[in-house]
Amino acid sequence: MMGGRRLSLDWIGAVPFLGYVALFLFLPTAIIVAGAFASEGGPTLVNFANLSRPYIVSAVINSVILSAVTAVGGAVLGAILTYAIATGNPRGTFRRMVTSACGVLAQFGGVILAFAFIAAIGPASAVYVYFSQHHLDYYASGVWLYDLRGLELVYLYFQIPLMVLIFLPAVDGIKPQWREATESLGGGTWTYWRYVAGPLLAPAFLGSTLLLFANSLSAYATAAALINQGGPILPLQISNAITSEVGLHEPGFAKAQAVVLIVIVAIVSVLYAVLQRRTARWLQ
Amino acid sequence: MTASVETTPRAGVEIRLENLQRRYGAVTALNDLSLTLAAGELVALLGPSGCGKTTALRLLAGLEEADGGRVVIGGQDVTGLPANKRDVGMVFQSYSLFPHMVAWENVAFGLQMRKVGPADRKKRAIEMLDLVGLAGFADRYAVQLSGGQQQRVALARALAIRPKVLLLDEPLSALDAKVRSRLRDEIRRVQLEVGITTLFVTHDQEEALAIADRVGVMNAGHIEQLGPPTLVYTRPATPFVAEFVGLTNRLPGTVKRGVVEVRGTELPLVQADAADGPAIALVRPEAVSIASDGDLAAGPLVGTVIAVAFLGATSRVTVDLGDITVLAQMPTSAAAASPAGTRVRLTLRTDPVLIAREETAAVEH
Amino acid sequence: MSRSRRAKLRAFRIVTLVLLGAFFLGPIWAMFEFSTRGVGENSPRTLDAWKAIATYPDLVAGIVASLELAVITSIGILVVLVPTMVWVRLRLPRLRRAIESISLLPLTIPAIVLVVGFSPMYQWMGINLSDNILTLSLAYAILVLPYAYRALDAGLAAIDVKTLSEAARSLGAGWFTVMWRVIVPNISSALLNAGLLSVALVLGEYTIANNLLYPNLQVEIVSVARTNAGVSIAVAVASLLFAFVLLVALSFVGGQRGGRQRTRERLVQTFARDFSGGTR
Repeated sequence: MMGGRRLSLDWIGAVPFLGYVALFLFLPTAIIVAGAFASEGGPTLVNFANLSRPYIVSAVINSVILSAVTAVGGAVLGAILTYAIATGNPRGTFRRMVTSACGVLAQFGGVILAFAFIAAIGPASAVYVYFSQHHLDYYASGVWLYDLRGLELVYLYFQIPLMVLIFLPAVDGIKPQWREATESLGGGTWTYWRYVAGPLLAPAFLGSTLLLFANSLSAYATAAALINQGGPILPLQISNAITSEVGLHEPGFAKAQAVVLIVIVAIVSVLYAVLQRRTARWLQ
Repeated sequence: MTASVETTPRAGVEIRLENLQRRYGAVTALNDLSLTLAAGELVALLGPSGCGKTTALRLLAGLEEADGGRVVIGGQDVTGLPANKRDVGMVFQSYSLFPHMVAWENVAFGLQMRKVGPADRKKRAIEMLDLVGLAGFADRYAVQLSGGQQQRVALARALAIRPKVLLLDEPLSALDAKVRSRLRDEIRRVQLEVGITTLFVTHDQEEALAIADRVGVMNAGHIEQLGPPTLVYTRPATPFVAEFVGLTNRLPGTVKRGVVEVRGTELPLVQADAADGPAIALVRPEAVSIASDGDLAAGPLVGTVIAVAFLGATSRVTVDLGDITVLAQMPTSAAAASPAGTRVRLTLRTDPVLIAREETAAVEH
Repeated sequence: MSRSRRAKLRAFRIVTLVLLGAFFLGPIWAMFEFSTRGVGENSPRTLDAWKAIATYPDLVAGIVASLELAVITSIGILVVLVPTMVWVRLRLPRLRRAIESISLLPLTIPAIVLVVGFSPMYQWMGINLSDNILTLSLAYAILVLPYAYRALDAGLAAIDVKTLSEAARSLGAGWFTVMWRVIVPNISSALLNAGLLSVALVLGEYTIANNLLYPNLQVEIVSVARTNAGVSIAVAVASLLFAFVLLVALSFVGGQRGGRQRTRERLVQTFARDFSGGTR
């Protein structure tokens, strides 16, 4: 009996935290999920039916394409940078500098990042002025920076450093003895990458790419600051649905879109977990 | 290359390292190193870290380029060839198994590089695993094998390609003591069975002496002495060898007319042309015997036993002579007569001894 | 490794560093350049845009609000999280996995999704409780929760909470004394770490504020940009510099004990596993 009483008293210690997350983490989540299936008349699927509106469908497709492009681009470029770091002195200043910079840059995003690119290559930038004076008007067919193509470029700014941070441990795990063993067994550089380093790094590379995909899919602030009109991607559509007149008449609509976003992120997480499990058998 | 799969023993080939030079910046790793390994011979290169032994092995493997000199394997000059064209099998210190392949796939990897068909290479891989006693572990990943088992798979992998040379780069040093001596004997058995010329690099003198046909003791980029283990141990050619291989007493004495006089005993010299004057005689503990009976009156070789270390069949006795302590090694039965505290008289066996002139820093084993 | 390969590798590393270095430093340099431009072509560099910041009252209000939010959020999250984490380690070890999972959960829920759930809650709060912008800190604490959790977890892992508190208790200390006089001083660098991370995150936050229609710093930067791009970029540079100073400070935290290398690794790690868009 005493044990039971002690236990219940102990639980009180966790109440402030649990109460807070219940109110501000679980309640909003519940509001989304419940709200997505609710209308004034009761349970409904009409919010999901509304997702078939062409602008939503195209926003989802655009979001997936944008995320795929920046995930693959960020992964490839990030992997190259990772390799450049990993082949250097493991305790060198170069490596320390680059990994620290990546830690900061991977988190650098949103409004300020959008403005940085507008200042760097936007229509009023020194770079653009110089190029257009030299007959290299890269906005001749429209200012693509404020467009999906602009997002693709700008997202790379945080995708590449993020790739370095999550891929570097895998590359560090590659032992120089494996290359030497390959060589002494008769294999060259191609064989080494094809049969040893490639298969060893592939799961980590794919997994990192998935994380980058989810990262890009969830990003909102950068796109909101860069793109003034319309909502070419899902996060912007969600925002429109929360704040616009139309959205207020359809409170379930934003929630249904949010559920779509959660589902895509969940699918990516599952794929990631599957990948992790596959490599677990030959990793400690 | 033909891909026969049987494990017929075959004679190894001769390997010559000729006047090899290697510098890293200002550091000379190899200084005019020459070494010939007879066909089928196992030579151990022994030395402290940084002595150049690993560099020598890597030059032979083709993993590093020499600044000068030649590498000749079986009469063919391979100095300019990259590692993957040299036909050498190599076992590394540790972690060299490919972690994403199971044991037999690791062993079959080199055969795959040589375009051996899938069925043949699996068959041969299993045979090689059998050779190292791991046939039952063919489907395990490296993480599922112990350190010793991993090294055996690495040995099988190196031998599967029927290399002309087997290179062992401190293959035992990441293992614990018990596994180490078992695997050492196992490596020797397999090497003799296959008959392959082998270079074994280690910093552990016991390992080198136990396994090798000949031991080369290296110091500062060159070989100080090369010879059979017994000779290297009993007749060290230089003070460095004497101190690096086995335990040695450093006894102050005086060189006079071709002999060195140590505490009243005259010992013949290895270095016959040594100039007269004060010197340190290097005397093995085995060359020191003790007697606890007879005349124990004060004398230069009379002292007190202060410790007896039981080593199994032999024991090592530490004797305090007042100004210095001397180690003596003898059968345990003989040592039993003089426990700590006993007054004893030492006798130095009149074998030829090496002398060292200056107070060289003690070598770490 | 052969010498020719080593030389090739070196060339590859230099080219990679130069190209990516330009990509990453270019935009930051461009912001400085942009914010110091004069009016008209070929006019000299000027700090007019910087001086004009103070003449935008909404912008100043946004800056003040964000700073207040940063302070309230970081203190709030520490006040809730530290006692909970210590208590769980001492008395409720069975709950530890659950607390960890809950704390890291916001990493997998994009902020733009969370805000959909917050929206009706803040509408209700605005009518029934308060529509002060500082109420945003309740939502922000969820945003910084995973980061704060990881920083504190690293700090608590480095000390033996159980033994320390038992020792203090046996000497007659009450629970409050144990917390305040024993635990807190021993995890001071972790506290600072968690606090600074929270500040950096809150100052960069745009998604939640913009969608709940609260004018914080980032929202004001966007709105000022419509009338004067120079001023808003000047503020952007300033906030970037401030965040940079915070992060540098962060990498010095714990420099005396445990070594800076470890702190930096931890910092990198803390950022590394984020894949929910964070403040983006």
